[in-house]
Amino acid sequence: MAKLIFPTPSYFSKNFFKEALWLTLKRLDPRYLEQNPVMFVVFLGASLTTLICIRDFFYPSLFSEPIWFTGLVAFWLWFTLLFSNASEAIAEGKGKAHATSLKALAKEIIARRVLKNGQEEMVPTSDLKRDDLIKVVAGEFIPSDGEIIEGIAAIDESAITGESAPVIRESDSDRSSVTAGTKLISNVLLIRIVSNPGESFLDQMINLVQGAKRQKTPNEIALQVLLVGLTLIFLIVCGTLIPFGLYSHTPLSLTVIIALLVCLIPTTIGGLVSAIGISGIERALRKNIVATSGKAVETAGDIDVLLLDKTGTITLGNRMPFKFIPFKGIPFKELSKAIELSSFADRTPEGKSILEFIEKHYGRFFTEKETRGLTFIPFSAETRLSGCDGPSLSIRKGSCDAIQNLLLHQKRKIPPEFFKVMESISISGGTPLAVAMNGKALGIIHLKDIIKPGIAERFQRLKKMGVHTVMITGDNPLTAATIANEVGVDTFLAEATPQKKLDFIIEEQAKGYLVAMTGDGTNDAPALAQADLGIAMNSGTQAAKEAANMVDLDSNPTKILEVIEIGKQLLMTKGCLTTFSVANDVAKYFAIIPAIFLLSIPEFQAINIMNLSSPHSAILSAVIFNALSIAALIPIAFRGVKYRPRGAKVLLAESLFIYGVGGLLLPFIGIKVIDMLLYSLSLV
Amino acid sequence: MILLNTLQIAALFLCLLLLTKPVGLYLYRIYETSSPFPLLNRLEGRLLKWCCFKHDEQDWKAYLKSLLVFNFMGIMILFLLERFQGFLPLNPQNFPSVPWDLALNVAVSFTTNTNWQAYSGETTMSYFTQMIGLTWQNFVSASTGMTVFLALARGLSRHPTSPQDIYLGNFWIDLLRSVFYVFLPGAFLLALFFASQGVIQNFSPTLHISTLEGWQELISMGPVASQEAIKILGTNGGGFFGANSAHPFENPTPLTNFLQMLAMLLIPASLTYTYGKITQNQKQGWSIFLAMFVLAILGAFLISCFEAQPNPLLTSFSIDQSLGNMEGKELRFGTLGSAHYASVTTDISCGATNSLHDSFTPLGGMVLLVNMLVGEVIFGGVGIGLFSMIIFIIITVFIAGLMVGRTPEYLGKKIESKEIRFAILFMAIFPLVILVGTAAAVLTPQGLASIQDAGPHGLSEILYAFISATQNNGSAFGGLNANTTWYNLFLALAMLIGRYLPIYLGLAIAGLMVNKKIIHASPGTFSTQGPLFIILLLSVIIIVGALTFFPVLALAPLLEYMNLLQGKGF
Repeated sequence: MAKLIFPTPSYFSKNFFKEALWLTLKRLDPRYLEQNPVMFVVFLGASLTTLICIRDFFYPSLFSEPIWFTGLVAFWLWFTLLFSNASEAIAEGKGKAHATSLKALAKEIIARRVLKNGQEEMVPTSDLKRDDLIKVVAGEFIPSDGEIIEGIAAIDESAITGESAPVIRESDSDRSSVTAGTKLISNVLLIRIVSNPGESFLDQMINLVQGAKRQKTPNEIALQVLLVGLTLIFLIVCGTLIPFGLYSHTPLSLTVIIALLVCLIPTTIGGLVSAIGISGIERALRKNIVATSGKAVETAGDIDVLLLDKTGTITLGNRMPFKFIPFKGIPFKELSKAIELSSFADRTPEGKSILEFIEKHYGRFFTEKETRGLTFIPFSAETRLSGCDGPSLSIRKGSCDAIQNLLLHQKRKIPPEFFKVMESISISGGTPLAVAMNGKALGIIHLKDIIKPGIAERFQRLKKMGVHTVMITGDNPLTAATIANEVGVDTFLAEATPQKKLDFIIEEQAKGYLVAMTGDGTNDAPALAQADLGIAMNSGTQAAKEAANMVDLDSNPTKILEVIEIGKQLLMTKGCLTTFSVANDVAKYFAIIPAIFLLSIPEFQAINIMNLSSPHSAILSAVIFNALSIAALIPIAFRGVKYRPRGAKVLLAESLFIYGVGGLLLPFIGIKVIDMLLYSLSLV
Repeated sequence: MILLNTLQIAALFLCLLLLTKPVGLYLYRIYETSSPFPLLNRLEGRLLKWCCFKHDEQDWKAYLKSLLVFNFMGIMILFLLERFQGFLPLNPQNFPSVPWDLALNVAVSFTTNTNWQAYSGETTMSYFTQMIGLTWQNFVSASTGMTVFLALARGLSRHPTSPQDIYLGNFWIDLLRSVFYVFLPGAFLLALFFASQGVIQNFSPTLHISTLEGWQELISMGPVASQEAIKILGTNGGGFFGANSAHPFENPTPLTNFLQMLAMLLIPASLTYTYGKITQNQKQGWSIFLAMFVLAILGAFLISCFEAQPNPLLTSFSIDQSLGNMEGKELRFGTLGSAHYASVTTDISCGATNSLHDSFTPLGGMVLLVNMLVGEVIFGGVGIGLFSMIIFIIITVFIAGLMVGRTPEYLGKKIESKEIRFAILFMAIFPLVILVGTAAAVLTPQGLASIQDAGPHGLSEILYAFISATQNNGSAFGGLNANTTWYNLFLALAMLIGRYLPIYLGLAIAGLMVNKKIIHASPGTFSTQGPLFIILLLSVIIIVGALTFFPVLALAPLLEYMNLLQGKGF
């Protein structure tokens, strides 16, 4: 796996701190706070108590609370707001730092734009528009995301993926896409720009981590509705307490009612919900996943079915030819020659590795001159065949059943060995490719897969999470079954064509499953778009990237595991903190209700079960606890609640115990401790 | 004594447990098969045709419209009946027309299944009004409760195959079947049994009797048994007499007392089984039953503890308090027979009473308040109780779904912001109406003038009235003179909001959910059955339902209790 060499932003650098602090204060703006109704209520409460404090200073009245008390309540209410704002600002700063460090690479490059008439002009990157053509030569940086139109080259992507070995990118392949900030090592490329300035994936990403521009996810909106509802309920509770107090001959001050209100409304979750959302995206970014929306990350947590390509995901890159097996009566050399001819136009990794294999073991049979009169047929995913046609010859190479169909179609005989060899290769987990010339089967190429190390454990974890894994492969069912068994995927889709993949996804979705898929090729694009979550590899084509909701910069398809975890954590953190927030209310009631009535109705001493030192200290302790709990939970908001794949029941029981029961008991202790501190410091 | 009563309540819950399945199954057959009784079914078709009702399935808006039109007509007719009862037959006492504010209050009260009574039946209503107006509304208001439950259950459980699948059933069919197949036969059998125990059924005018001491005594008469049966079975609770089920002609023996409690619980409890059947998840049905069961037993247990205590203020006098707090209770039921009945009637949103709730100990009275405050979901009123419970389940499932890291879904259907908005508004209605109503009462001279006792107990009286009206329970705490224009109008408003706004929101949720795609459950899905679900559901009910009211409860029954501990009375 690629090592991450993100220029890790130093969180505690002076600049970072300054910016976060500035943002924290700037966002006290009521127009901004309005977006978060829970915190807006806190803002109103803080403003009101401050005004009361000022009024009491100039016009002291007998019936109001002491000025130091109102002042302290106002002070801590403002801090409640600041803690909430700070959590958002820091989360945003972290995410932005990641994204901009990637983006910085792309800046200040002068690009060579190719005009329609073929002339070139030098322009700054920021002037590049979508569909502009640019030329990049060896040693230069790629100025903007794009797709190779012409050429093949080695590119150093280490700035993004951390992988130091250069990668090959070439036109008309599944690896035609280049990323801004990477460096061309060899050759010359003609590149089509795919995004306007400010619209690249990274730009989108930066928007996702910006609190102000962030689009809320559906679950976040639903949670917000719930929190607003709870706030409304507590507003009614606190508002009506004033007349009930009057009935009981206890006039209540506005300061006290505001303090009670802020303690009861779900500020803990309300204050952190934004930071949780941003941190989720930031954690994805830290794993080198660029998401197009927060919703995509959340959807990841719901995935039921995961479609993975075998090649490159489960098995290591290319399948290598193991040996050529000629049928009876066919000389080995004739087979080898036919294989070479059929592979010239085959741009699949297999085609290339076959050519390499031939060159390495037997040297090349044909020179370019000799093949001039032939028409080469590139591999197509639909026919699953490649080959070449000449005046007196027609060679086809492809999967066994494709060749078989071809021969049957031409009404030719299939030698009996065909099936025997095919089966024995399949059973061993290899892939047989058949070669036919002029309607006659010549022999079979035995390709071998190399399974990636560590892949089986990852499938085991996915299974525990409840994700059903499906391996997609162009192999025949027998080969597919062997490999599927070996690595532990649940099912496989053998002899897959793009249409078959798409149909499979639609079918699963109709059954009520949420489907995720990873892919890189242009022919994956429809399936990626259809899937509930499509993850494109950064190395893949532009079409695939545009169809997907996420791009993996490391091009590591099994990273979906981490994405699912991040998605689940995102929801869990919100759920757990909501539970915590509501559970806290019990203790706050027991602190504040006796306190506000104790002076006029001494009987309330009976429910002052925490035995707090004085009414003022009790109310202040609850307010302080409320503010501090936001600050204390910031790390959890950033990190996310830990997710372990152990089934919903165990997970829920554990979370309920920690955040429900914990949330019930902790404030009793916390408020008591704060009360004792206030008392010992003789502040109250 | 205590042992006997404990055995009685144990027998009650045991009977309930045994009857839930067969009755639930019967209800399922009635509503969810196209023709439960082929012969009667043809009659049903005729009847619909005569009334010009369409036989087609309705979407949520059409269903709601039918329901509101029907209920509004009910209010109008009942109001007019009361106003013109002087000109109508069966009025041997020659009662004049009911004052307009009271008539409106009663019309709303009986149509909303609340049966809050600011009057005494035997001195206000003619037999005609009682039988044609009130008893009729007892049948149809209970049936209305059934229909909303059915619509919501269908909305949640139907598997849509096309975007046109937005139908929730037909209100008129559901209503007819509730009346003809459930409440009429049930009430008929129950009325016969009550009559056999001594509940009266006649049209005689009030009897004037000379007692042995030579005093003149008036004994009210009337067609009681027929109204008594549906009052209990339909969880209506509006008594023929002002004394309600404490009156020997309504509830003569401990056996009828027992049977009344069972009959109140029967249909609300059985519906949980029906719900399991409709959603094809019987375990969930039983889980909901258990959650309700736990709360019911908890309430009965607590109230037994509180009421078995003697009144500490009376211990200094030489009064035999071995029976516990007997004030306001009937001797033939005893302390616990009365306490259990009170607990059940507040669980069920019935509101029939066989004792004076005003005279309960402060904490005993608080149990009754909390029973109602949690949203009338401890079995609750027929249909409407489970209806509200399902809304609680939706909130529970939403929080649980977040906590297990999966987009929340219920019965395979995603819960999104719109449903949450309606569900949380549903929850907010009750504190809004109850607290604002009570606050308005304590701020206005008209509100304060009606209370009988000063201090926290007076607050309890007002609070109880608003809770009882908003939650459509209808039982009275007593002590409050509710027959004033102020209370008649405000409580009628509370009853209307407390009935129809939740119905609107619940049906809207049904309308949103009915066409949602069913998502397959995975090992990561939170399952809505089993102990964990029950615990979570109970926590949500207690926290949302009761926590909201902690401050006002602290100022009313809790403060009264704390005063009592210090020997202070009001």
